[in-house]
Parts: sequence; structure tokens; C-alpha cells
Amino acid sequence: MTSSKQLYFDYQATTPMDPRALALMLPYFTEKFGNPHSKSHSYGWESEDAIEAARAHIAHLIKADPKEIIFTSGATESNNLAIKGIADFYGDQKRHIITLSTEHKCVLDTCRHLEQKGFEVTYLPVLQNGIVDLDLLKSSIRADTMLVSIMAVNNEIGVIQPIAEIGQICRDRNVFFHTDAAQAFGKIPLDVESMQIDLMSISAHKIYGPKGIGALYVRRKPRIRLNALINGGGQERGMRSGTLPTPLCVGFGEAARLAALEIVDENKRLESFKNYFWETLSAGLKDIYLNGDFNNRIPGNLNISFAYVEGESLLMGLKDIALSSGSACTSSSLEPSYVLRALGVEEELAHTSLRFGFGRFTTLEEVEFLAKRVIEVVEKLREMSPLWEMAQEGIDLKSIEWAGH
Amino acid sequence: MSYTERVIDHYENPRNVGSLDKNDPNVGTGLVGAPSCGDVMKLQIKVNNGVIEEAKFKTFGCGSAIASSSLATEWMKGKSLDEAQKIKNIEIAHYLSLPPVKIHCSVLAEDAIKAAIEDYKSKNKGEMADAA
Repeated sequence: MTSSKQLYFDYQATTPMDPRALALMLPYFTEKFGNPHSKSHSYGWESEDAIEAARAHIAHLIKADPKEIIFTSGATESNNLAIKGIADFYGDQKRHIITLSTEHKCVLDTCRHLEQKGFEVTYLPVLQNGIVDLDLLKSSIRADTMLVSIMAVNNEIGVIQPIAEIGQICRDRNVFFHTDAAQAFGKIPLDVESMQIDLMSISAHKIYGPKGIGALYVRRKPRIRLNALINGGGQERGMRSGTLPTPLCVGFGEAARLAALEIVDENKRLESFKNYFWETLSAGLKDIYLNGDFNNRIPGNLNISFAYVEGESLLMGLKDIALSSGSACTSSSLEPSYVLRALGVEEELAHTSLRFGFGRFTTLEEVEFLAKRVIEVVEKLREMSPLWEMAQEGIDLKSIEWAGH
Repeated sequence: MSYTERVIDHYENPRNVGSLDKNDPNVGTGLVGAPSCGDVMKLQIKVNNGVIEEAKFKTFGCGSAIASSSLATEWMKGKSLDEAQKIKNIEIAHYLSLPPVKIHCSVLAEDAIKAAIEDYKSKNKGEMADAA
């Protein structure tokens, strides 16, 4: 089985590069190789110009000033820099951070790291639709809260958080607001001014740009101070030293420019795929459940639980299709997805979930094929499932005393 | 997760999927695992003169769990209860080359075998005592 023959439905994990962005990058590997920080010759100027043009495209997409864009190696580094950088700089004044229990691992793990350093972190639960409870957020802010870090779009279930409302709450209470927008940038409209965002993490490879680069938006008015994680030549306003990778910056910038041009049409197309896929599955299969709010979500992500069949065996049946599962068996920990658990999805259903991702290169024919294959495999596995059999006999599975192991 | 050919074969062509009448006195049923753990196996045997003449399974679980239970039914058929009782999880794991993280699937299959035999024996306690 060659993986290249699989149809790709895992756009939340990563995206293929847009060939238009790749084409612009290539000269910066060879003839335009100058160090963008070389100020004394044309090689350096040429690279610097290209990087500044890229920076402007990225800034434009979130209505920021280009000077507020700090290039990093990706959203993981951006999240680390934002949270640790704020904590390190302001930590002698305030010691409390608020985040969500459904954040990406790199935010949660960074917060755990800070807890070990003596900071206090509140991990807010989410409502059953995956959205933050704004009243709970308000009541959780304390006098010593320095930072609220809440993602814009969830990577597993695709729900969109009420970013503008969160920004307003944070501004009213004089708390910094950081958002991990790795899954949102280029997919939903973002405006750092109207949404009152102070820091925003961005990734290139989720929007058809190259892997290995991302950015952190850091507000200048009023100025947000960060202590750098990486020290050196003082590049990126001293917040991130190291020679910038010109080709990656150029590809990232072009990907952002293309996203700005195509976001509206692309979302319409993905919305029609989402509706077609969900309606076809709902018509063909009983007992399936969409995880996360149906409307407040990016259209390119559908996370679905298929009761009575286990996620990994589903993936095995869909071997011609590239997908991710929320099931335990695909992770090394054997624990089902913590994001689904945070939604109150019961463990038995969390084991049965798959994430379907649609993107720029997905076609309707592919979505039709996917729907047909999913229905086939679910039906086959249900015929093999003792739980399905019991449910059809009218046995309440909860009435049985299972021997856990 | 990369699987061996034997696991893929048992997953794609599972042997002996189905159910036997659990109220039949000659049928023993084992139901092990838990939905919250992500795997449940139902294994049934039909016994004639102390020999397992039919074995059926249904499994909710990953590919390894399905393959382990499919293999278990294949190995049980034609064996006496005493012989079947001796099937060990390690033999199943070895035959399917299960990776360490999937060994519990073979353990579950062994549990299912034992539970089915146990159920048959408890249903037929009186008769077995008579035969002895």
C-alpha cells in the first residue's frame, strides 16, 4: 500500500503547498540566497525586501502593522514565545493565566511548565458544543491574572471561539489576550483591532505554505513586552534571534496573500462539501454524532462519532483514505481524545470518532467517494460489533456491568 | 499503525463472524472488555460431546482486537474444552506479531475464550457431574 494513493482528508494536520507559493520560494534557495540581515550588499537587500513584502501580506490578513509580525519556526514556537515570554516579563507583577482545557497540546504543555515554575493556571471547561462559557471566563479573571490564552479554532473539532467577545472581556479587565490561530488564520476573517487581540500565533503549513515557519503577532499599541526564548543577534525586534529563512518567509507570505484573495470562495465551496457530506452520512447511517457546534465551525472540519464501531478499525477499513481518529488506539497513550472528553463526549463514543478535513484541493468527487466508503465500512463493522447487536436487541449498554481493563 | 499481513487478513476476511443462540444449553457465551476502554469481544462456542464444533465472534475494537478474536475462533474449532482452555494470549500475539501496545487485545481474546468455556460449564454443571 503506497500512501500516495490515499485520498487526503487530513487538512487540519497539514496542507500540501500551493504550487504558486512554492514557485515564488525557489529562487531564494539558489541565486537569491543572501542573508536578509546583511546590510552592506545587494544580496542582503534583495532578501530583506522579499521578507518585508511577505511580512506585509501576513499582517494584511489580520489587519495588523507589518512591524507587529515576528517570524518563528511555527505555531508551537509562537505559542511558547507568547505564553512564556509574557510570564517571564510580567511574572513579578501577576502570576495567573487562564486557558481552555481543549487547547492544543503545545499551549497546555507550556502552561504545565509554567505551573512547575510557580505560576497558577486555570483550565476552563467548555460547553457541550465546544465553545467557551463567557460568564465563566469573566468570573475566572482575578486581580493577578496576566494572560488569557484561548484558541480561535479548535484543531480537532473545528469550532470557532467568540474571539471578539473574549478580546473585549480581556481589555475591560486589563488582561493580555493571546489566541492560537493556527487553524483560523486564512480560514476565517481575523482583525486584531476589532477583536482586541494582543498576541496571535500563526502557522504557514496549515494554509498551503511551507512547513518550518510561523509567526507571532505582538501588539505595539499599547506595547506588549516579551522576554525572548532565543537570544542572539536581536532579529525580529529582539524577540526572536536567528537568521530568517528567506524562502520559507516568501512562501508563507504568498500563501497568506492567496488566502486573502480566495478565502470567501473557498469557504463557500467547503461549506457545500460539509453539508453534502453530513447530509449523506446522516441519511445513510443511524446513530452518528457531530462533535462540536454545527454552525460555529470552519467548514473544512467535521469530527464525527460512529456509535458501536471503534475508530481505528474504521481507519483500517478506509485504508485508501488519509484521516485522523479521535480514538485511543491511534495514539500511543491509549487514552481517547481529551478534546472530545472535555465536550462531555462519553469515552465509548470518543473511541468511535474520526476527523474529516476538506481543503483547497478537495473535489466534490472525492467527497462523494469518501461518503460512500465511510457508509460501507461502518455498516460492515457494525455487522461485526457486539454493541451494535445488543443495541438493535434493545439492550441498554449502560445497564451492563462491564469488566474494565 | 502498521500491521502484519496476518492481522490485515483476519481484519479483511474475519473468520466465524456471527452469533449463536445464547439460550441453547450447548452454547457458551463470553462477553469481555468494556466500551469505555475501546474494545468488547463476544465469543460463543457450541459444544458437542465435549468438543467445540462451532465458534463465533463479534468484536468492537481495533484491527488487532478483531484479528485476535477471529483467530481465537479458528483455533478453538474442533478442540476439546480442555485443549481450548490452554490457548494462551502469548500464542495469539506471537502468531499475529502484535506490537507491545496491542498485546492487551490478545489478553482480551484469551479472557473471552475462558469466559465462553466457563459459561458453557456452568450451564451444564449437572450433566458434567453425571458424566464423571
